Amino acid sequence: MVNRTKIKVNSLNLFYGDFQALIDINMDIIENKVTALIGPSGCGKSTFLRTLNRMNDLIVNARIEGKVLLDELDIYSEKCDLIQLRKSVGMVFQKPNPFPKTVYENVAYGPRIHGIKEKSKLDEIVEKSLRGAALWDEVKDRLNRPALGLSGGQQQRLCIARCLAVEPDVLLMDEPTSALDPISTLKIEDLLEELKKNYTIVIVTHNMQQAGRVSDYTSFFLNGEIIETDLTDNIFSKPRDKRTEDYITGRFG
Amino acid sequence: MVEMGMSKIITTNKKMKINIKEKLWYFFIYLSALFTLIALLSIIGYILMNGAKHIHWEFFVKEPSSMGREGGIFSIIVGTLYLTLVSIVIATPIGVAGAIYLTEYAKENRLVRIIRFGTETLAGIPSIIFGLFGFVFFVVFLGFRWSILSGGLTLAMMILPTLLRATEESLKTVPQSYREGSLALGATKWQTIMKVVLPSSVSGILTGLILGIGRAVGETAAVMLTAGSSLGLPKSIMDPARTMSVHLYLLASEGLSKEKTFATATVLVIFVVIINCFANILANKYMKKTKVES
Repeated sequence: MVNRTKIKVNSLNLFYGDFQALIDINMDIIENKVTALIGPSGCGKSTFLRTLNRMNDLIVNARIEGKVLLDELDIYSEKCDLIQLRKSVGMVFQKPNPFPKTVYENVAYGPRIHGIKEKSKLDEIVEKSLRGAALWDEVKDRLNRPALGLSGGQQQRLCIARCLAVEPDVLLMDEPTSALDPISTLKIEDLLEELKKNYTIVIVTHNMQQAGRVSDYTSFFLNGEIIETDLTDNIFSKPRDKRTEDYITGRFG
Repeated sequence: MVEMGMSKIITTNKKMKINIKEKLWYFFIYLSALFTLIALLSIIGYILMNGAKHIHWEFFVKEPSSMGREGGIFSIIVGTLYLTLVSIVIATPIGVAGAIYLTEYAKENRLVRIIRFGTETLAGIPSIIFGLFGFVFFVVFLGFRWSILSGGLTLAMMILPTLLRATEESLKTVPQSYREGSLALGATKWQTIMKVVLPSSVSGILTGLILGIGRAVGETAAVMLTAGSSLGLPKSIMDPARTMSVHLYLLASEGLSKEKTFATATVLVIFVVIINCFANILANKYMKKTKVES
């Protein structure tokens, strides 16, 4: 299997006002693989994740230099349609954030705003997305019940289903299991294994074991810089940089 | 041993003193709280006791005759509903849209601070001033005469600040994560506001709206100056009308009929109580919802 680069990041710098949050980031994110971003709090990994679907646009004084190429299209160029970008690069947040609507409406929300009105089509997308997020069997009898009544783990998988419904290529996950119990966490980790067959996944995690379990590649961030990126096995068995080793062996962070 | 015993007794005495003080204060604040309830119940009770016996179904469906001494208050109920409806139809879109601008779009700058300050000032202006302005501007200058339109516009200005503030507060309680979730799916800002933010704050907006209605229904001075005090059944928005509060004021101040005064007061009080209960239910529902979310 040939490793194709899905997202290529070229000397990316990000500033919040005078503060430089990301320093000269270079990275290749490989298609249909799970890439984990690890590092201590405040090292810029979440900020970096949010540059990949331009969620940082929401922050008033954030400024970006450099290039992020998604299938060779610079997502910060004028040619890039923000709506299309966010449709093809989905995001799952740290805290499950289903809308205060029914389970069905949550999943149908994305397709609806992108213009799908037919009920039968929506039904089909909802079922497919919920199945994709391994949630269908648990909620198929309560599609019209409020999503906020689901358990935390179910809510997070619902958020994943909500992303899948707009048919993205890439899934960005910002510590998706940090608010969940171990069993829900395990379910989501199993799900990632399934999802990477069809999607490219980038996951921020604080949990070293999780990075080891789920990811193919790992990037270690420190103070806004990438210290090293490698196959996850290499990072954990023979890190090249002393700082990486210190971090993964729990000496700081 | 004895000394130790003494000191113990002294402490207990001190404690008792503190205890009595605490209890006195407790009793005082308890009484104050109770007083509010007593005040409310005695007003409603007094009105109901004097008014309920004068209310027959005819009172609701008959039109008043001989200046309100005889007959019912049909045209007045219609006038009240009509005027209230017009005022909220005018105020709601402006209030909600203004609140959306202030919370979702405006950056914290001087203009926004001035708008906020203006809203608060507007809420604090005595209603008679609104009445005077409405009279000079809508009734005379724009030539709307004494009419439901003039009255509705005046009342709309009066309830606008309440509505805008309530909507603003309720938009602010919508978690940022909802907005992010929607935007991350490729929704535009406007779609996000219309399909996620507003629906999540609907009960808060309704609560503000109902409080506004309460203010409109209870208003006397401003309404008399702008909608007039005609007893006839209003047939169009350009007709003058009399609301229950105005009717009550005129009946009482001109000593026309004690019976009808209390009967009208009863209907008005029931009206206001129903509106407030409704607001309460909505507010509770709203609070429950935010609790689940947090």
